[in-house]
Amino acid sequence: MAELTYIQAISEGLRQEMRRDPRVFVLGEDVGVYGGAFKVTLGFQEEFGPWRVIDTPLSETAIVGGATGAALMGLRPVAEMQFADFVSCAWDHLVTVAAKQFFRARTPIPIVVRLPSGGGFSGGPFHSQNPESSFAHIPGLKIVCPATPADAKGLLATAIEDPNPVLFFEHKHLYRRIKAEVPEERYTIPFGQARTHRPGDDAVVVTWGAMVHTAAEAAERLAGEGYEVEVLDLRTLIPWDEERVLESVRRTSKVLVLHEDTRTGGFGAEIAATIAERAFEHLDAPIVRVAAPDTPVPFSPPLEKAFIPQVEDVVQALQELLAY
Amino acid sequence: MAVREAEPLSSLQEVREAGLDREDLLGIYRNLLITRGIEERGHILYKQGKIPGSFYTGRGNEAAAVGVATAMGPNDVGTPLHRDMGVHVVRGTEPWRIFAQYMGREGGPTRGRDGNVHMALAELGLYTMVSHLPAMLPVATGMALAFKIRGDHRVAVGWFGEGAAARGDTHESMNLAGVRRLPIVFVCDNNQWAYSTPTYLSYPVEHIADRAAAYGFEGVVVDGTDVLAVYREAKRAIEKARAGGGPTLLECVTLRMEGHAVHDDAFYVPKELFERWSEHDPIERFRAWLYEHAALTETEEDEIVSGVKRLLNDALERAEESPLPDPATLEEGVFASPEDLDAPHHK
Repeated sequence: MAELTYIQAISEGLRQEMRRDPRVFVLGEDVGVYGGAFKVTLGFQEEFGPWRVIDTPLSETAIVGGATGAALMGLRPVAEMQFADFVSCAWDHLVTVAAKQFFRARTPIPIVVRLPSGGGFSGGPFHSQNPESSFAHIPGLKIVCPATPADAKGLLATAIEDPNPVLFFEHKHLYRRIKAEVPEERYTIPFGQARTHRPGDDAVVVTWGAMVHTAAEAAERLAGEGYEVEVLDLRTLIPWDEERVLESVRRTSKVLVLHEDTRTGGFGAEIAATIAERAFEHLDAPIVRVAAPDTPVPFSPPLEKAFIPQVEDVVQALQELLAY
Repeated sequence: MAVREAEPLSSLQEVREAGLDREDLLGIYRNLLITRGIEERGHILYKQGKIPGSFYTGRGNEAAAVGVATAMGPNDVGTPLHRDMGVHVVRGTEPWRIFAQYMGREGGPTRGRDGNVHMALAELGLYTMVSHLPAMLPVATGMALAFKIRGDHRVAVGWFGEGAAARGDTHESMNLAGVRRLPIVFVCDNNQWAYSTPTYLSYPVEHIADRAAAYGFEGVVVDGTDVLAVYREAKRAIEKARAGGGPTLLECVTLRMEGHAVHDDAFYVPKELFERWSEHDPIERFRAWLYEHAALTETEEDEIVSGVKRLLNDALERAEESPLPDPATLEEGVFASPEDLDAPHHK
């Protein structure tokens, strides 16, 4: 098995899908000649030609709306938003058109929108956001947030196969920061199955995306203090693995929900509410949420560090939780 | 590239050259009558309290819708809007399903999940509109993109109104379609009123079609009450797109002869405007043309009129027999399953 970075795994996965299925094509800004702002599609145009790797004008509305139309005609578009933040310009086409079309008209919209998201590199308010919970609130959309190279590849294959609109959040800070073994052959990973990133019985951290790695570091530190903290990676938010989360809660009785997105109305609130509804009597402590504060993503490094949950924040919250 | 103002079609000879025989002409007349008949009966149903929500019609736009749809090929696709009932009629949507849609019944194309003209049958090459206008233009553009990628000889028709022309979706769609020379026809139903907003507050140029030049393709203005002229211009544009000639913006000028929806008495539209435009009612106009140029007889007309009446009576009866949706099914069908992709239009 080859070791691949997170971005290589996405690139490899996408290339494999395009080789396998002639209906798959990519469209977006600078995805062709330039290979994408982050180079996910570098070399794709040479291999697949300019009509399967389509450089569009700066037009998020036309990219996502166009993907919807092409999907209705039997193709399998993979649209790239240059940054997840720019998906706001395509909101209508995801929320108004794609999400509701099957419910209304029984016409499936099999599209994937790739969303390079997340902060940690002074991208500022418009190149760092994690807008997944805004879309998780919209019935009809599926939300994928891989945390590892192997998951990124397998979940992308599943997303392209899925007959529904899928938002594929790729955390930019993971692109070149993590590397792991990724199977060379094609494989899929079912949506809605959480993954145990690290086992433990004293408490559980429920999280996704880049925060999986933050949680793992925090758990590692607490291991030095004699605590075994489970890190549960949800992998997909819609659908999310309620049963697996509840199993962990019942077993550990202490739960911390962690996300990089801001706190109020974040998907962590949904998880906490579900735990309170369905596993209240198994809890030995109040559910703890660690999330970004309710501000835009700031630019300057000390501000951004204060915004994004850090390992120390999680360690401290876990210590309090474990001591409760 | 200046906008072209289309001439009316006057003789039967010209019509034949445009590809229509006498039988086609009678078919067009019948489709115009069905279109108006559906909406007139819908209005009655609404007044009887049988239609929940609101009710929209395309009175005054029948010729524009029927003319364009008649020019489409069997494998072409479109995204008609709330003034384009004629498109559904021409493509073969059974009227009973439209009444069932109005009344929120299972038999409507959206099975009660959506209402009024928010419906279309994909098996007929039509795709369901949303309220956000003109959000279906980028979708139609994507359909044309798919045809271009695959090398299909198919054309997409995207409808919008002069009001919706103000929104960014219009620009992004036309720009992308122009850059990529996609096989698409943008049809503007310019009925002069965006709810209560007149044209001079919606756009600052003479014609919406003037904008086509900015996207590198042809703009054509046609009298939207002249079904034959609309047909000829739509046919030209569609066949040009099919042959690789890129998009056309076809602006059909009409007057919205009723309010925005049933609740709106359109007090803001000057009475003289209604009077002037009612003199060239699209259906009356075509009927007179048929008598003058195509030797329509009273017997033929009676036959068509009574046939339409029968069709709509039966349709109403059948729609009322269609059950209301079962609330227990509400949560079904939010997400598609893989087998839902087996529909023919997805191949």
